Amino acid sequence: MNNSGVVNTGSESGAATATSEPLAKRQRIDLRIGGMTCAHCPTAIEKALAAVDGVSGAHVNPATKIARIDYDPSRTKIASILQAIRAVGYTVGTATARIPIKNMHCSSCVIRVELALQMTPGIVSARANLGPNAADIEYQPEKVDFQEIRKAIESAGYRVAEPKIDPQSETLDPSEAANDEEYRTLMRKFWFAAVISIPVMALSYPDLILGLRDWMPMGSDARRTVWALLGVLSLPVLVWAGSQFFTGMWDALKHRAANMHTLIAIGISAAYAYSVVAVAAPGVFPNMALAEVFWDVTDVVVALVVLGLALEIKAKGRTSQAIKKLIGLQAKTARVIRDGKETDIPVEEVLVEDVVVVRPGEKVPVDGKVIAGASAIDESMITGESMPVEKQMGDEVIGGTLNKTGSFRFIATKVGKDTALATIIRMVKDAQGSKAPIQRVVDTVSGYFVPAVMILAVLAFIAWYNFGPEPRSIFSTVIFVTTLIIACPCALGLATPTSLTVGIGKGAENGILIRSGDALQASEKLDSIILDKTGTITRGEPALTDVVVTPGHDEQEVLRLTASLERGSEHPLGEAIVKGAEARKLTLIDAEGFTAIPGLGVSGRIDSHDVLFGNAKLMRDRGIAVQLQQTDWERLANEGKTPMYVAIDGSAAGLVAVADTVKPDSKAAIAILKGLGIEVVMLTGDNERTGRAIAREVGIDRVLAEVLPNDKAHEVQKLQLEGKSVGMVGDGVNDAPALAQADVGFAIGTGTDVAIEASDVTLIKGSLMGVVTAIEISRATMRNVRQNLVGAFGYNTLGIPVAMGVLYPFIGLLLSPLIAAAAMAFSSVTVVTNANRLRFFQPRRTGS
Amino acid sequence: MTPDRWIVTATGLALIAFIVWFFWLKRSTGFRATETSGGYQEAMILVKGGYTPDTIIVRSGRPVRLNFRREETASCSDKVIFADFQKSAELPTGQVVAVELLPKEPGEFGFACPMGMFRGRLIVE
Repeated sequence: MNNSGVVNTGSESGAATATSEPLAKRQRIDLRIGGMTCAHCPTAIEKALAAVDGVSGAHVNPATKIARIDYDPSRTKIASILQAIRAVGYTVGTATARIPIKNMHCSSCVIRVELALQMTPGIVSARANLGPNAADIEYQPEKVDFQEIRKAIESAGYRVAEPKIDPQSETLDPSEAANDEEYRTLMRKFWFAAVISIPVMALSYPDLILGLRDWMPMGSDARRTVWALLGVLSLPVLVWAGSQFFTGMWDALKHRAANMHTLIAIGISAAYAYSVVAVAAPGVFPNMALAEVFWDVTDVVVALVVLGLALEIKAKGRTSQAIKKLIGLQAKTARVIRDGKETDIPVEEVLVEDVVVVRPGEKVPVDGKVIAGASAIDESMITGESMPVEKQMGDEVIGGTLNKTGSFRFIATKVGKDTALATIIRMVKDAQGSKAPIQRVVDTVSGYFVPAVMILAVLAFIAWYNFGPEPRSIFSTVIFVTTLIIACPCALGLATPTSLTVGIGKGAENGILIRSGDALQASEKLDSIILDKTGTITRGEPALTDVVVTPGHDEQEVLRLTASLERGSEHPLGEAIVKGAEARKLTLIDAEGFTAIPGLGVSGRIDSHDVLFGNAKLMRDRGIAVQLQQTDWERLANEGKTPMYVAIDGSAAGLVAVADTVKPDSKAAIAILKGLGIEVVMLTGDNERTGRAIAREVGIDRVLAEVLPNDKAHEVQKLQLEGKSVGMVGDGVNDAPALAQADVGFAIGTGTDVAIEASDVTLIKGSLMGVVTAIEISRATMRNVRQNLVGAFGYNTLGIPVAMGVLYPFIGLLLSPLIAAAAMAFSSVTVVTNANRLRFFQPRRTGS
Repeated sequence: MTPDRWIVTATGLALIAFIVWFFWLKRSTGFRATETSGGYQEAMILVKGGYTPDTIIVRSGRPVRLNFRREETASCSDKVIFADFQKSAELPTGQVVAVELLPKEPGEFGFACPMGMFRGRLIVE
C-alpha cells in the first residue's frame, strides 16, 4: 500500500536528458498525489496540469499514485503546479519545514540561500527571511532529506543553526520571543525609573519633610543644587526608560498620526522642561514660589506607564493561550512503516498514504483512517467531547488526539497544513484577527481621540492660565500634563480585540470554531434557530428501536431470525437490524436461499424456519394475516418509525421497527435553547407525521415538514422576513445554501472535515450542545466586550474632565499627575484582565 | 487681560489650529500599486509607527498583493486587519508577509492594526 520506496529515481536522469535539448528547456518532476480514490482521478489531474502554462506533459499513474510532469521552468514554477493539483481537490505529498540559518545578514544572502535551496532536487519552493533568520521550504521528503538540505545551505556559505527541527517553534515563537524580550526590557526600565523616583519624590517636596525644610529652605542655594542634581538623575529616566514614548511619537508623527506615546511624551517632557527652567532660570518667574520642579512627575509617570505596558504584554499573552494549547497538541514524531520496518520520523515527513502505527499513550500524529487494530481515543482537545471515542477499522482518527487503550495502524489521509488541527489553528487565528462590527464605532472614535485630547489639554492650559488661581503657571502646567497623561486610548483599542481573542479561543477549546467577529456578534442576537432533522437532531442513520412479538413467540428469537436473514441484505435498514441484534449479543447465522424481493422485503430459510420479512403488501401477497399487528404498526408509524412485519413458517410472528434515533443530548440542548429565549424550529424533508413524532420527542413546537432540499434556504428567508434573526444548524453539504442564507450558519462537522465554507460556526463534535455553547460563548464574549467598552469610554469621559479641573470650582478637586499616571496604566491592564476572565467560561454539560 | 495672558491664549489657539490641520485636514496623496506581469497589483508597505505608504491606490477587479514588512516590536502592530475583506495577517518582525485581496467594487477600504492605532487606506478605482 505504501510505495514510498518506489517513488522517484527516474526524475533526475529524466531531467538531465530533457534539459540537454537546446530549444525546449524542460524539466521533469515526480509528485506523489494523495486522495486519488476514483477511476477518473488521473484524468482530472492531467487535465488540470495541462491547463497550467508551461507544462508540456503530465501523466498520472493511478497504481503508484505518482504524477510525472514535464514543464518549462522558465515559464512555470513548481508552486503553480502544486496549486493546480490542489485546486482540483487532491493533495500532493510535500512537507514544509522552517530551517534556522546562521550568519545570514543581508538581503543578498537571502537570495543566495534561496537559490541554493531551489536548485536542490526535491525542494519545491524555498523562501529565506532575515527576521527569524530561517528559510521556509516546501520539499518532497522522499527525494531529499535534511542532510541534503543542510548541504545545499552550506554550499552557499551558510550554516544551519540547529540540527533539530522543532515544529512547535514554527508558528508562534517569533512573536512570542519578541514579546518576552519586550517584557523584560520594559521591566528593566520600570525598576530603573522606580528606584530613581524614590529620592526624587522625597527631595522634590522638602517643605513636607521636617529636617529637609530647615536644611534647604525655599530659594536657598542648597535647594537649587539638590534640585539640579535631581534633574540630572531624572534625565536617564526620560531619555532611556521613557525612550519608547519618544520613538513611538516620532514614528506616528511621520504618518500624521498620534497615539498614547504622543500623549505621554508631551506630558513628561512638559514637566521636565518646566523644571529645567525653574532650576536654571528661576528669574523668569515673577514669584520665587513658582520656581517649582516636577522631576517626580517625569519619573513616576514613566515608571507607572512602563509597568502598565509590561503587564499588558503579559496579560495579552494569556489571551492567546487557547491557540498556544492547540499548537502544542501537534505531535512531533510519527512511527510509520517504511520499507516494511517501523521508523520514527519527524511528523513533517509523513506523507499521505503512509501507514502510521500508534501505541497506547501516544498521540495520533496526522489525520487518517484506521486499517488495523482498535482503540479508544481521547478526542477532547479537538472536539470538546470528554468521553474517549471507540475506533476500529474504517474509522477516522484526528491528528493531535491521544490514543488511550489499544494499538492500531492507520493510513494517513491528511498531513501537514491540511490536517484538521492545522486547519483549526488557521481558522481560529483568522477569526481572532477579524473585527466584530461593534469595533467600528471604536475605530471611528480612536481616529480622533488623541488629537482631541491634545486640544483639550491646550484649552485647559489656556483656561487655567487666564482664570485660574495663583500660582497660575504651576496650576496650568500641572493640569496640562495631567490631562495628557490620564487619557488612555489603549483601553479603547484593547477593549474588543482582547475579548474576541479569548472568546474565540474558548470556543475552539470546546470544539466550536467561530469563523469571525461578525459571526460571534450575530450569534449573540439570534432569536430563532432552525434545526435540520436528519443528522442534526437525529443521528442520521437508522437504528433498531422496537421488536413487538405475537404471543407465543420469543422476542430474542424473532430478532435473531430476522437479523440473520437481513445479514444477506445490503439495505441500510437491514444493516440497522443486524447491528441492533449484535448489540444485544445475539449470534447470527447464515440464511439459506436468501431472496430479496424488490420493494417488498426479503425471504430465506434459517435453522429450518421459513422467514419472511417485509411490508404489508408482501404479507398480503403471501396470504399471511397481519390484522393482529395492525394497532402496533400504527402506533410505531405514528412515532416516526419504520415498522416491518416478520412471518415465521407462514404465520405472523411480530414487528421489527427501525428509526433514525435522536442523539442523546438533543433534547437537553433544545430545552436549554428555549430557556435562553430562542425559538426552536425543526426543518425536515420527511413527511409531517415522522417530523412531528421526532419534534414531540425532543420538545419542538414548530415543524416545517416536507421541505425539499432546495427550499431550505427559502424557509430560512421566510423566517427572516418575520423580522427574526435566524440561525440554521445543518450539515455543510446539503444545507450549504440555507447555512449561507441564515444570519448565522452552524455546520455540524464530520470528523476531520472542519473547514466548511458556508458556515459561520463549525461544531466539530456533532452534538446540538455545541449550538448552546456557541451561543453562550457569544453572549459571554459580547457582554465582556461591552463591559470593556463601557469601562474604557467611561474612564476617559470621566477622567479627562476631572484632570482638566472642571470639578475644582465646585469641590476643589484636582488630580495629581501621579494619580493620573497610575489610573492610565491600570485602565488598560484592567481591560485585558477583564477579557481574561472569559477564560474561566465553562460550557454547560448535559445532565448537570 | 495682561500681556502674558494674551500671549498664552494666542499661542494656545494657534497650537490647536496646528493640531487640527496636522492630524485631520492634511491627507496623503496615495501610492499607486505597480502592476506585475502576473496580473497582480503589488505594493510594499513598511510597518513602523504607521504604514508607509498608508494610502494605496489600485484598480478594481484585479488581484492586489500588499507586502507588509514590520520593522518594530510594539505589540499593537503585530497584525493587520482588512475588515471589509474579512482578512487579517500576522506580521512577525522583520518578515515580509503578503496579503492578497480581490477588490471587486470601487471604493475606499481601510486597514488597521487590531487597536486601530495604525491606519491605512486602500483606494479602489
